[in-house]
Amino acid sequence: MYQLMKQFISKVFRDLFRRKKHIKLGLYGPPNAGKTTLANRICKDWLGEEMGAVSNIAHETREIQIKEEVHIKSNGRELTFNLVDTPGIATKIDYEDFMKAGLDEKEAKQRAKEATKGVIDSIKWLDEMDTVVVVLDGTKDPYSQVNITIIGNLQARNIPVLIVANKVDLKKASVKKVQSAFPQYEVIGISAKYGKNIDEFYEGLFALVG
Amino acid sequence: MSLSLQFVPYNEIESLGSARRVHKLLDIVKQDKVVVLQGRLKKEEEKDLIEITMENIDNKFKGVELAVIDEEGKDLEFLDKLKSDFFNLLLGDRSGFTIIGPSTVVKEIRRNPNKIELLTESKRKRK
Repeated sequence: MYQLMKQFISKVFRDLFRRKKHIKLGLYGPPNAGKTTLANRICKDWLGEEMGAVSNIAHETREIQIKEEVHIKSNGRELTFNLVDTPGIATKIDYEDFMKAGLDEKEAKQRAKEATKGVIDSIKWLDEMDTVVVVLDGTKDPYSQVNITIIGNLQARNIPVLIVANKVDLKKASVKKVQSAFPQYEVIGISAKYGKNIDEFYEGLFALVG
Repeated sequence: MSLSLQFVPYNEIESLGSARRVHKLLDIVKQDKVVVLQGRLKKEEEKDLIEITMENIDNKFKGVELAVIDEEGKDLEFLDKLKSDFFNLLLGDRSGFTIIGPSTVVKEIRRNPNKIELLTESKRKRK
């Protein structure tokens, strides 16, 4: 009963924000799926500046980053949102993996410590979101429990979700596989790095929050 | 290398609150055992499991590999789904299995809706 009340109240608040067209749009997903690359693409397209650093080493984003008042337009429609780029959610973090990627032990341990805190922050921020874009690496197995847990928790909170299968510029990517893992959601294949299908992505955003 | 599995029947966690459930399972995993739980945790508890795992990470415990195999992905008839949801609400979700292994032992769990593959770490790599 309490849970139902909580969901109802959060839905009323979300609807209020949505009417104001000033929503909190979160980018969620596993590490290295391209959340910050997509955030940078959105910010470059509409604000003319990037949002955060990207790296091949996982857990580059270890703190929640917010870009306020991102204003986008498409086919005469307008939408303003606060873009929230979150650290990648993982079930394991091993400082030795960072050492293999070239960091020294001290840096690797520090990065691991910050990364664990980042995951916790991402999870805590789930309740703050009005809408979420789940960014998945289209070249990876979509059936990972992290993906399922993130999407399941968003669903339980009635938060609208758009799934993006990123990295479609790579041969191994399969939008179809991601779509078959989450048939109840719309999945848009994009390359955040090269801007491929980015207009379809913006259309998807409007469809989601419109 | 040997792999130690511990089966946890759902009734062992049934009476516990969410936080205690998660801690009980993690305590087993931290003994380098792979938990095979009958049924599945609630979505909120799966999220808590990740959060508490992160709080526990140190130089020895590096996290978990996690997978659930259940019927959620299958297309049930509306009435069957309603029946299943009703029983899950009353009795907890006992269908399927949840596998939680320490990431120092289980390198990867490959999952598709009907099959799970556990890939283990070779012992000499473990620290």
